[in-house]
Amino acid sequence: MEPILALETMKEGHDGSGLGLTLKNLGGEFEKLKKYPVLSGICSKKGKKTLDDFMKKQGFKLKYEWTPKIKPIKGIHARDHYFARAYDYPASHKNKSIVEKEELLMKTRLAIRKIGEPDESIFAFSFYPDVITIKEVGDPLETAEFFGLDRDGLKAKIVLAQGRQNTNYAIYLYACHPFFIQGYCSMTNGENTAFVPIREFLMGRGFPGYTGYNSDSEVFTHILHYTTRQLGFPITYYKDVITPLKASEMEGRQDREALGLMKQSLRPLCIDGPNMVIGFTPDGTCFMVQDAKKLRPGVVGGVKGKYALMSEECGVDSAIPKRESAKDIFPMKYDMVIISPDAQEVKVWNQLQG
Amino acid sequence: MEPASGLRLDHNHHLSLREFPYIIRWRDDRCKRCGKCTAVCPVKAIEATVKVQRLVKSEGPVPTPAAVRNITHIVEQVTDMERYCTGCGTCTLVCPNEAIEPEFNPQNKFLHYKNKGGDGYKRGGRRNDPALSTLDRLKFTRISMLTDPALDAGRHEFRVRSLLGRILPPEDLPLKLVNGKLTVDKAGIFIPPVREIFPIMIGSMSIGALSPPMWEGLAMGVAYLNEVEGLPVVMCSGEGGMSPRLLRSKYLKYFIIQIASGYFGWDEIVHALPHMVEDPAAIEIKYGQGAKPGDGGLLMAQKVLKLIAKIRGVPQFVDLASPPTHQTKYSIEEAVAKMIQSMSMAFGFRVPVYPKISGTKTARAVLNNLARNPYAAALCIDGEDGGTGAAYNVSMDKMGHPIASNLRECYLDLVRQGKQNELPLIAAGGIGKKGNLAANAAALIMLGASGVAIGKYIMQAAADCFGDEYNRCNLCNTGKCPRGITTQDPKLYRRLDSDRVAERVVEVFKAADVELRKLFAPMGRSTELPIGMSDGLSIDDPAMAERLGINYAC
Repeated sequence: MEPILALETMKEGHDGSGLGLTLKNLGGEFEKLKKYPVLSGICSKKGKKTLDDFMKKQGFKLKYEWTPKIKPIKGIHARDHYFARAYDYPASHKNKSIVEKEELLMKTRLAIRKIGEPDESIFAFSFYPDVITIKEVGDPLETAEFFGLDRDGLKAKIVLAQGRQNTNYAIYLYACHPFFIQGYCSMTNGENTAFVPIREFLMGRGFPGYTGYNSDSEVFTHILHYTTRQLGFPITYYKDVITPLKASEMEGRQDREALGLMKQSLRPLCIDGPNMVIGFTPDGTCFMVQDAKKLRPGVVGGVKGKYALMSEECGVDSAIPKRESAKDIFPMKYDMVIISPDAQEVKVWNQLQG
Repeated sequence: MEPASGLRLDHNHHLSLREFPYIIRWRDDRCKRCGKCTAVCPVKAIEATVKVQRLVKSEGPVPTPAAVRNITHIVEQVTDMERYCTGCGTCTLVCPNEAIEPEFNPQNKFLHYKNKGGDGYKRGGRRNDPALSTLDRLKFTRISMLTDPALDAGRHEFRVRSLLGRILPPEDLPLKLVNGKLTVDKAGIFIPPVREIFPIMIGSMSIGALSPPMWEGLAMGVAYLNEVEGLPVVMCSGEGGMSPRLLRSKYLKYFIIQIASGYFGWDEIVHALPHMVEDPAAIEIKYGQGAKPGDGGLLMAQKVLKLIAKIRGVPQFVDLASPPTHQTKYSIEEAVAKMIQSMSMAFGFRVPVYPKISGTKTARAVLNNLARNPYAAALCIDGEDGGTGAAYNVSMDKMGHPIASNLRECYLDLVRQGKQNELPLIAAGGIGKKGNLAANAAALIMLGASGVAIGKYIMQAAADCFGDEYNRCNLCNTGKCPRGITTQDPKLYRRLDSDRVAERVVEVFKAADVELRKLFAPMGRSTELPIGMSDGLSIDDPAMAERLGINYAC
């Protein structure tokens, strides 16, 4: 609930058109189910039957299901069934590698999306171990009450929360931040003017998960996934991909030769902003990064073990009031703030130094 | 009854001035009979002549009309189709009293008659179609408003640059991680050469087609832009070689050397190879030209003077016709690949090598073949609105493919394969036709071009070429260019000052750079060229919008 209260304090900065939450490193009932993938989504009564049949046919066994205790709120249209279900893998995949399991999970999620999208009978947001995603249209605080998040025991160590639907595209649940793919998740403040060429480049990578794109911000998640998982680059290179250095600036970097080649080959993934991206990777590393002109705000503050990455200072004040606010970090255009797993350490990586 | 002398009193087989494309308006009252106009006319369409006039005069206090015969000197347009007025307006330019000017005659029947001797009408210039091209109908309609701030063209940092050369897909980059940092592992991997260039380049126009001061002026302008202004503009040699000194100079890196089916100039180039201190920017293999698809290059005999003959390695005063196709060409799979590889090898695989074709419905077949060839550095597509120094009128007017949809379908084909960043597309043909250089270039870039090449625009903007889509002037093939741009006649080309040309080239490119920023800034783009940013474009025709895969706006 804390992150949502923080969203409330930053109300002037968003239009309160929706709530999107992605939770990682789950507690409560899910604490014991960490190795099982969790499918998060929404379905109608008809969709529920379709989903049950489909999952059964794929060989997934339901281990546990969480559903929110809905409190009717005026203005929020309640759908039939919100769920986060932990499944056991099909027998064929139980002993497969994590990469093969991830492929199965993603393909299953995409298949469910394909089945449920035409009549909006099923929405599937994420299907991955130890991750839950909740999305709905409406005022963030009211939506949180609607889901009963203030009463429920749903707990997580990493929470990505976004308080608005996207701005320039239709209001639609699949367009709502945060976006998730195979353990990588991000949400964005700002609009992506280079959306179309980036989308076309990602879709040409031959990776089935690079699809959807109901929002221009979804590409940030996919660039993160592509850079770190598909190409195997360390996370700092995400910054070098979306906001490459000028040739003269590269001179100071030890890896300048690689940067030069990357800049050419990944040219279509360069963004112009205005954007601030917050995200996490499968190992629980969280980060914040800005566009090359720093056209959007962003602040990181907290204490060891608990950090808040927010658009605005008032959000950090609300989430972690007892901290030394003088030590808050406002990442500038060359910076990438990286918080190690379990929020043990905060590092500001500077692109000029590498 | 026929007159005994053979003289036909009805003038039945003579042409009236109404059949001619331009009619000279000459004002008796202003003309001081200095003779400059008749002297300067490149086609001798006007001549000084003497007429006898019958005048009725009356002098004295009471009317006493009397007819007198008066002999006057006048300037008269001839009605010989071989000496038709081209409308160039050089006469107007030299007239001290504004007494003469050609006027376009939209009812002309020029093409009905311009086939004397059984040969089709040949000319230089461009397609005679004054209509608005697709490029000029494209508008930039995705403006950053409130949801994201527009950038400031004057304050923010912009990088209006493109890449010329084959770019490796990210998956194939020879990178490895050492201590958490990426390093390049070059062992056994061919990393193709890539040049960073300004996205507008000067397209192929040869020494020979152009006069020495014109080519020199362009070359000086390009060198200045690079060396002084830091604007990496490149220029293509055209087919006809380059000056031996330039080949051996450090400025060679700003030039793309063209090889075409006649291989003119390559004897000199091959001999200069061991002495080159810089690599050229690229090698362009010309397979086609937008203005005259299916035709080879043509330099008329009257333009093959001593200097041209020397550079090209041919005798003087012979027609230099390049074959329509390369004689070695057997198939794209075999011969084109070999040619790209041989040219790459000649320059030690350090120079991007790419083909240029004329716009055609079959462009995608060529493209797909090149996409599979790791040595192909780009593809240049020259649309129907491209220009030429000499071609049949019918080829120029009726053959060829518009560049917009041709370029777009090629780009989208690459997108489907995920190769849009690997093989740059260069678009040419009609860019700046109505003067909108930066807007046309930006539109093509947003449709998917990595760069554009210009020819006619720079001749008009830098050297005041008279040519237009009403067949004005278009004498490039005759060697009688009244501006001294496309002639080898020293009497004509001394009119052109190469320093002035260079100055104008610099001004044109600097202005284009500013205008490109002014276009990209409101769309929120500054760091990388918005290649393929098709959501920024709209057109006022639903069918065109659908064909190009862009928005329809009205």
